[in-house]
Amino acid sequence: MSPKVRQKKVPIAEQKPEERIRNFNEVCLGYTMEEAIEEGMRCLQCKNAPCVAGCPVTIDIPGFIKALREGNIDESWKILSSATNLPAVCGRVCPQETQCEGVCTLGRGKDFEPVAIGKLERFVADWKAGSGVQSAPVVHRGEPKGKVAIVGSGPAGLTAAGDLAKMGYRVKIYEALHEPGGVLMYGIPEFRLPKAIVRREIENIKLLGVEVEVDTAVGRSITVEELRGEYDAIFIGTGAGTPRFIGIPGTTLNGVYSASEFLTRVNLMHAYRFPEYDTPIKKLKNVVVVGGGNVAMDAARSALRLGAEHVTVAYRRTQAEMPARVEEYHHAVEEGIEFCWLTNPVEYVGDERGWVKAVNCIRMELGEPDESGRRRPIPVPGSEFLLEADGAIEAIGQGSNKVLLDAFPELKLNKHGYIVADPETGATSVEGVFAGGDIVTGAATVILAMGAGKNAAKAIDEYISTKRLKAASR
Amino acid sequence: MHAILEKRLIAPNEYDMWVEAPKVASHARPGQFVVVRPTSKGERIPLTIADYDLKRGSIRFIFQAVGKTTHQMARFEVGDSLSDVLGPLGRPSEIKKWGTVMLVGGGVGIAALFPILRELKRVGNYTITVLGGRSSELVIMKDECRRYSDKLIITTDDGSEGIKGVVTEGMRVASEGRKIDQAWAIGPTIMMKFASLAAKEMGIPIWVSLNPIMVDGTGMCGGCRVEVGGEVRFACVDGPEFDGWAVNWDVLMRRLQQYKEEEKLSLEQYMAEVESVV
Repeated sequence: MSPKVRQKKVPIAEQKPEERIRNFNEVCLGYTMEEAIEEGMRCLQCKNAPCVAGCPVTIDIPGFIKALREGNIDESWKILSSATNLPAVCGRVCPQETQCEGVCTLGRGKDFEPVAIGKLERFVADWKAGSGVQSAPVVHRGEPKGKVAIVGSGPAGLTAAGDLAKMGYRVKIYEALHEPGGVLMYGIPEFRLPKAIVRREIENIKLLGVEVEVDTAVGRSITVEELRGEYDAIFIGTGAGTPRFIGIPGTTLNGVYSASEFLTRVNLMHAYRFPEYDTPIKKLKNVVVVGGGNVAMDAARSALRLGAEHVTVAYRRTQAEMPARVEEYHHAVEEGIEFCWLTNPVEYVGDERGWVKAVNCIRMELGEPDESGRRRPIPVPGSEFLLEADGAIEAIGQGSNKVLLDAFPELKLNKHGYIVADPETGATSVEGVFAGGDIVTGAATVILAMGAGKNAAKAIDEYISTKRLKAASR
Repeated sequence: MHAILEKRLIAPNEYDMWVEAPKVASHARPGQFVVVRPTSKGERIPLTIADYDLKRGSIRFIFQAVGKTTHQMARFEVGDSLSDVLGPLGRPSEIKKWGTVMLVGGGVGIAALFPILRELKRVGNYTITVLGGRSSELVIMKDECRRYSDKLIITTDDGSEGIKGVVTEGMRVASEGRKIDQAWAIGPTIMMKFASLAAKEMGIPIWVSLNPIMVDGTGMCGGCRVEVGGEVRFACVDGPEFDGWAVNWDVLMRRLQQYKEEEKLSLEQYMAEVESVV
C-alpha cells in the first residue's frame, strides 16, 4: 500500500448537533470539489474491485472515482448513472458500510478506513445537478419495444422504470399518493434525504420518457384486469407498507403512533411546517420510540427536531444487534437521543383524557439465536418499569399492504403475506407480472429494492422480447 | 387537477359539489370514499362519495365546513380545481337482497347513505329511510332519498319537520310491525353510536361508516385505527363500514379529538387571512 495514501477518510462537513436538533436541514453538508478529489485519490483502483460486487446495482465504482479524481466529473456522472437512476439518493441512504465500503480493499489495511464511496457518489450527483448542464438523456428512438406498467414509485419502481425506458420501453408508473418517490418521500426525513433531491432524480427519470400517474391506487382507481389488458408486462413495487403494531394494551390511546404515520405527517405532508402546511403533528415532550432500525432513528430524530425534550429509543436487543446504520445511530447519539437496550414495551398507560402518559416496559435478556441468527430476546420476569411519555412511536417493521394484493388473488403469496417472486428475475406466479422490493422481501433497504428493480427490468425485457419472437415465428 | 363542475350550498354551511375525477367515477361503488387534498399545502381528508357520473367522469360529494380544509373548499368555485382526488377507497357496501333494510342518516352522512340506499332499492329491498337533523333545513337530500325509499321518516331535534327527537325515535317508528333484516347508519359519530345501541336493543344488525382521522387512506399509516370486536382494524382498508354493535365508540370519539387544538389554530389563522383579504 502506498505510504502516501491517507489512512482516514477526508472528514466531511456536518451541521453541528446543537444546531441541527432544531431544524430539518440536511445533517451532512457534503464534500467540496477539492475534498472529493482528495478522497478519490485514496481509491486503490483494484482490478478485482470487490466494491462493485458489493453493490446491489453494480456501479463501476473504481471507474467513477477515477474520472472524478481526474476532474472529469461529467464522465464520472455518466458512469454512475448508467448503473443507478438515483445516485444522489444512493449516496445518502445506502448502507455503504455493509456493502461497497464494507469490502473496500483499503479498509482492510490496519488502521485504514475504506474509501468514502457513498459520499463521493453523492458529490458527483449533486455537482451534476448544480452544474446547470442538463445532459440530453439517452432516449430510445423508434418504435417502443413494448409497454410496461409499474405499480409504485419507490426505489424499486423508479429503478425498473428508468432501466426499461433506457432499453426502449414505454413505461408508466402508477402511484397512490399525490407525489412520487414512495418511502423516499414519506419515510426518510428531510435532514437525511432532502425532498428536492428526490424530486430532481425523479425528474431525470421522467426525462427518459417515463410517465408518472399519481393519485392512482392500483386495484381501486384502476383494476388489475385493465392494466393487464393495456400492458405487455407489469412490475409490482408497492413496498411493504402496512404498519405493524406490537399489539399491547393501550395501542389505541391518543399519542401512540406508527412510525409510518408519524413520518408521513412529517415528511410527505410537511407537518414540521404546520400551520404553513395544513397537516398537524403533535408537539410532544417525552417520546419513546420502539425499535432499532433506521426508521426508529428517523422517528426519534424527527421527534427531537419537532421540539421534544427527551427522546428515548427502546430496543429489545442490544446495540450490537440493532439494524440501524452506524452513521445514523451515531448522529442520534450526538443529538442526545437516549437508548434503552434490552427493553420492550408491554403496555401503554393512559391518563384520564385517554392520552398516553407512560410506557410500561420490561427488561429483556438474550437467549439462543433465532432464525435471524441473532440471539432471541426473552423477557425477564418481574422487571417491569415505567418510562414517562406523552408520545410513543412504534417502528417495529411493516406487513404487506393488502390493497393491491386483494385485487390480485391469482398472485401467490408466502406465509408472511409477501409476493412470491424469483429472486433473480422478480417473476411471480402470474405470467408477465414481476415484483420486487419490500413487497417481496419485507422491509429492507432502498438499494436492495433498486437491485430488485434492476433485475426485474432485465427479466421483463427478456420476457417481452421472447414473446415477440415467438409471435413472429408463428 | 380536478375541476369543480358544480357547487351548491344545500344547507347552512353544507356544500354539494361535483368534481371531475374520471378514474374514481368509473370504479366507484356505494360505501366507498375518496381522499381529497384541495391545495398543494393542504391536508389529505377522506370524503364519502355521494354519487358518480360515468358519462361526465365526475363524482359528487357533500361536506360541511368545519375546519380549515373544509372552509377552504367551501370557497372554491366552479372552474377551480382540487389538487388531488384519490379513490375510490375502502370496501364497498354489501349490496344484496336482504329483505327489509333500514337506512339511518344524519348531517352530511346522508350523502354517503344515498348511493347505498339507491343500490339496495335497485336490487329489490324494501327500504325504510330515517333522516335526522337539528332542524328541517339541515336534513339534506330528502327528495332524492324519498325516490328510493318505500318509507321515509324524518326526525328533527326542534320538531320543525317530522318526528320531534333524534334518529333513534325514527328507528323505533320504522321497526313497528316490520322485521328489519339489516340496517345502516351514517352520520356524526355520536349519532352512529346511539343508532347502533338502539339497533342492538332491537336485534337489528347494523353497518356504520366510520370516519376517523386518516392520512394516506391506503392502509399505509395506521392512523385511522379503530377498535372493533376488541381488535384493531384500519378504517381505510378494512372499512369504512363496520358492525355497529362491535365498534368501540369511546376509542373512536377520543381519537377524533387528537388534533383539536391544532385544528382550532389552523382554522383561526385561515379565517383571519380570509377576512384580511376581504
